[in-house]
Amino acid sequence: MHELSAAALAERLVNGETTSVEVTQASLDRIDAVDGAVHAFLHVDAEGALAAAADVDARRAAGENLPTLAGIPVAVKDVLTTIGQPTTCGSRMLEGWVPPYDATVVARLRAAGLPILGKTNMDEFAMGSSTEHSAYGATRNPWDTTRIPGGSGGGSAAAVAAFETPLAVGTDTGGSIRQPGAMTGTVGVKPTYGGVSRYGLVAMASSLDQAGPVTRTVLDAALLHEVIAGHDPRDSTSLKAAVPPVVEAARTGDVSGLRIGIVTELGGEGFQPEVRARFDEAVELLTGAGAEVVEVSCPSFVHGVAAYYLVMPSEVSSNLAKFDAMRYGLRVAPDGVEAPSAEQVMAASRDAGFGDEVKRRIVLGTYALSSGYYDAYYGSAQKVRTLIARDFAAAFEQVDVLVSPTAPTTAWPLGEKLDDPLAMYLADVATIPANLAGVPGLSLPVGLADGLPAGFQVLAPALADDRLYTVGAALERLLEQRWGGPFSQHAPDLTEVAR
Amino acid sequence: MSRVTLVPFAEALTRYEPVMGLEVHVELGTATKMFCGCPTEFGAEPNTQVCPVCLGLPGALPVVNAKAVESAMRIGLALNCEIAEWSRFARKNYFYPDMPKNFQTSQYDEPIAHDGWIDVEVAPEEGEVQTFRIEIERAHMEEDTGKSLHVGGATGRIHGADHSLLDYNRAGIPLIEIVTRPIEVPGELAPLVARAYVNQLRDLMVALGVSDARMDQGSLRADVNLSLKPSGSSVLGTRSETKNVNSFRSVERAVRYEVSRHAAILDAGEKVVQETRHFHESDGSTSAGREKSDAEDYRYFPEPDLAPVAPSREWVEELRGTLPEPPVERRKRLQDEWGFSDLDMRDTLGAGALELVAATIEAGAAPQAARKWWLGELARRAKESGAALADLPVTPEQVAGVQALVDEGRVNDKLARQVLDGVLAGEGTPEEVVVARGLEVVSDDGALGAAVDAAIAANPDVAEKIRGGKVQAAGALIGAVMKEMKGQADAGRVRELILERLS
Amino acid sequence: MPSPLSREDVAHLANLARIDLSEAELERLGAELPQILDHVAAVQEAAAADVEAMSHPQPISNVFREDVVTPGLTPDEALSGAPESEEQRFSVPRILGEE
Repeated sequence: MHELSAAALAERLVNGETTSVEVTQASLDRIDAVDGAVHAFLHVDAEGALAAAADVDARRAAGENLPTLAGIPVAVKDVLTTIGQPTTCGSRMLEGWVPPYDATVVARLRAAGLPILGKTNMDEFAMGSSTEHSAYGATRNPWDTTRIPGGSGGGSAAAVAAFETPLAVGTDTGGSIRQPGAMTGTVGVKPTYGGVSRYGLVAMASSLDQAGPVTRTVLDAALLHEVIAGHDPRDSTSLKAAVPPVVEAARTGDVSGLRIGIVTELGGEGFQPEVRARFDEAVELLTGAGAEVVEVSCPSFVHGVAAYYLVMPSEVSSNLAKFDAMRYGLRVAPDGVEAPSAEQVMAASRDAGFGDEVKRRIVLGTYALSSGYYDAYYGSAQKVRTLIARDFAAAFEQVDVLVSPTAPTTAWPLGEKLDDPLAMYLADVATIPANLAGVPGLSLPVGLADGLPAGFQVLAPALADDRLYTVGAALERLLEQRWGGPFSQHAPDLTEVAR
Repeated sequence: MSRVTLVPFAEALTRYEPVMGLEVHVELGTATKMFCGCPTEFGAEPNTQVCPVCLGLPGALPVVNAKAVESAMRIGLALNCEIAEWSRFARKNYFYPDMPKNFQTSQYDEPIAHDGWIDVEVAPEEGEVQTFRIEIERAHMEEDTGKSLHVGGATGRIHGADHSLLDYNRAGIPLIEIVTRPIEVPGELAPLVARAYVNQLRDLMVALGVSDARMDQGSLRADVNLSLKPSGSSVLGTRSETKNVNSFRSVERAVRYEVSRHAAILDAGEKVVQETRHFHESDGSTSAGREKSDAEDYRYFPEPDLAPVAPSREWVEELRGTLPEPPVERRKRLQDEWGFSDLDMRDTLGAGALELVAATIEAGAAPQAARKWWLGELARRAKESGAALADLPVTPEQVAGVQALVDEGRVNDKLARQVLDGVLAGEGTPEEVVVARGLEVVSDDGALGAAVDAAIAANPDVAEKIRGGKVQAAGALIGAVMKEMKGQADAGRVRELILERLS
Repeated sequence: MPSPLSREDVAHLANLARIDLSEAELERLGAELPQILDHVAAVQEAAAADVEAMSHPQPISNVFREDVVTPGLTPDEALSGAPESEEQRFSVPRILGEE
């Protein structure tokens, strides 16, 4: 049961072959069995999930017409606020904090009848590409538990890859949905900026953050996308446009005549040869299915990481200022100070509550925004965003979608890049441009490279998220034909590892 | 810093010229906060007007209040400003416990309104009314902070407190900050100009209907920046910023005090420290607050959670059509309508009573009667209590109500003042006070007749004089009757009754 | 190699960011930050002066809400995460400076 896709489960629920309580219990059992080895979850709400499942079952039994995914359990990255469940953002700073309000995404999941299994692990405040920067311990890659699952949303990706849940929600600021997707062999989508409400998404970098689906199949991603997307008056940056026809695109998946551009700058030097090989094979499959493939240059993309590591920490330094031990969160008194002042308690609490990577980015962002440096750093980085957006615009004059490997490498061993922040930052080279320009991106698995999953990224113009699903669904179908089944069938048996 | 011996204001002006800058914060009277739907009522129980947005909870996001933007634009237009075609919010980053996000959402280099002016009139005690044009640099939108209550140590004071209690009801209430360009006027008029400017801003806010602009409740707050330069020099001195001055009179006093203080420092050959200062109502002095150090770096950047404000020209023109009459023109019109002499008008302006008088006349009082109440009895009471005229707990409608009682002959002038006492003490409307205190004059002939007869009997010699034709002697008998009636007699009727009996 | 930021430089930034960094942290960041800055400084050459800065990914403007009261939190909900509270207010240590 736990290996079924959400779409397959939904069909069984409608046909009365199973119940939401059974499906939810299967996920909870699987979490019990394997999460010790993976550590994808920070919090599991069995009681709440089963209650929500029972409610859906009762409504279905009463003949109510329910949304497609009603009754299918979902896991939520711990950066989205949830009434009744802690929201820690992977930080000591928020240990035990239970928000008094639901994120809009969470409210929409509840309204659509999806039982929420719990909250998934992440790099602290979504800062990291490995989920090793969680204050509550690293998540492990289900394909090889000595390796990282990617980050920052390693928990959501690993939970889906380990069959602990069919669906998860992640957030993507520089690749935090897509890169873990590539590392764990799952499907991850970053929608168009403004396509999914950020209300209740604890901000890392406001102008880059976007929540999106994490699943095992392209269709599941589209179904979940449809649930969480759409205008929200509580988010000023939420777009008023209609949700693109993502489910229809995922069901059709017809690429004949579609113009596909390979981004010259994303895939050359620094990319693992086997990763590149899986990418090239996938492109060949698409060509075989009737797509027109050309190479497109986006020269400013090479400055993406640099611009990102200025824009993001600058916004981080401001967004994380609210964590000051006054209204919520950790409060620590400084050592050896009698009757400390509020200022001293703030500074001590922020030192104690934040991990190294968070502090590094706050200090970096403080520097980039400070007087005398603003123009050279933050100002210049925002100009590079314009250049990258122009590159996208020019490319989408020529092609319908752009493609690249999602990440330069497969999952690296735990600990490898912990002391080399710059090396970790470069893992996001291919995913960052989409965030800087606000366009949507999807990653799906295209096979194993040196024994580990490799990801394929599709990028589309803003509000053309459906094109991601067209390409993703076509490629998934072609690959499954080649493999004789879903990619996830190759995943190792975790119950052995867990033991 | 050691205490300086102040240089008398007039003496300071023999050597220095003041340069002022005024920053006025106006709390808008919108129903909800700047970025969330929480109510803005004054005086609510602590933390009852809060939500995830104005508490700065993780994940919450701001959405701009359309009415606040409209008010900001109308204020900008009334101040003859350009309304920006493209305006943005910016984050002003600094840590302070009463600021939930540890940044203030404000505007930086792209304010909604800029480059305007307003003419203010000052009425010095001697000489003509003079008009000065105050140039407005900008008017921008921002949000207020929460309020802290300091516990332990000296009551309510920050120093010596052992902890503080925070109420975020006020956090996020829309503010408009109005910033002048440097104001250089004849030194002796500087305090009056500063006061008149703030007073006029208040009148403008009330006329626009965007704020109740009450300095006593903090819905209008003024920061007074002041520096001195040697007479005839063009080199600007170092300025001090006196924060949150909370009455019109205090604005005037703060300017005077700072001129005297700066002069003393400069005379001693020392340097003025750039710092914020606090004004003390009790003795009109200022004291040092926070020094402006290099460490202060607000790291402004465009607020990524909010969309730019790009008002269409149609919208701007539509709002321009809603503006009240410009103050100077309006004043001329009112003076004509009311039949005030130049002196009447000057005194009214000088007392900051124009709007109060206008509202009282609007409520039915005769113009001269309205003027006399506000510039006489009420001005005296305001002075006694150290409050601004506008902050007295009496409305123009109530003043008109008192005058109506006089006009109807139901109270005399003395009783009218007692009615006013009752209104000021919060006992209700003039009518209610009259009833509750039993203040109506007695013109009932029965009761009065008895008192008159008694007075005549008790003062036979006086009665004889009146009989003999010395009518002016009646005053002594009227006084006796009034005393007997505890002042609650219609003096005119008493006089009639006396003369009837003794003719 | 880029020159490390001085200990004072990092301490100043940490003070602006209200983080009480230890000596070891100050030293480590003093060495790491220049490396990162050296990499990100590439943006300075990348964009010409006349390129417009982009602060929003989407070209949006004039997003407003009506001035209508919406339900907020109860005082209990508001104070639910507070480390300490008193008299329905958030209790915090004594505040030193003044804005």
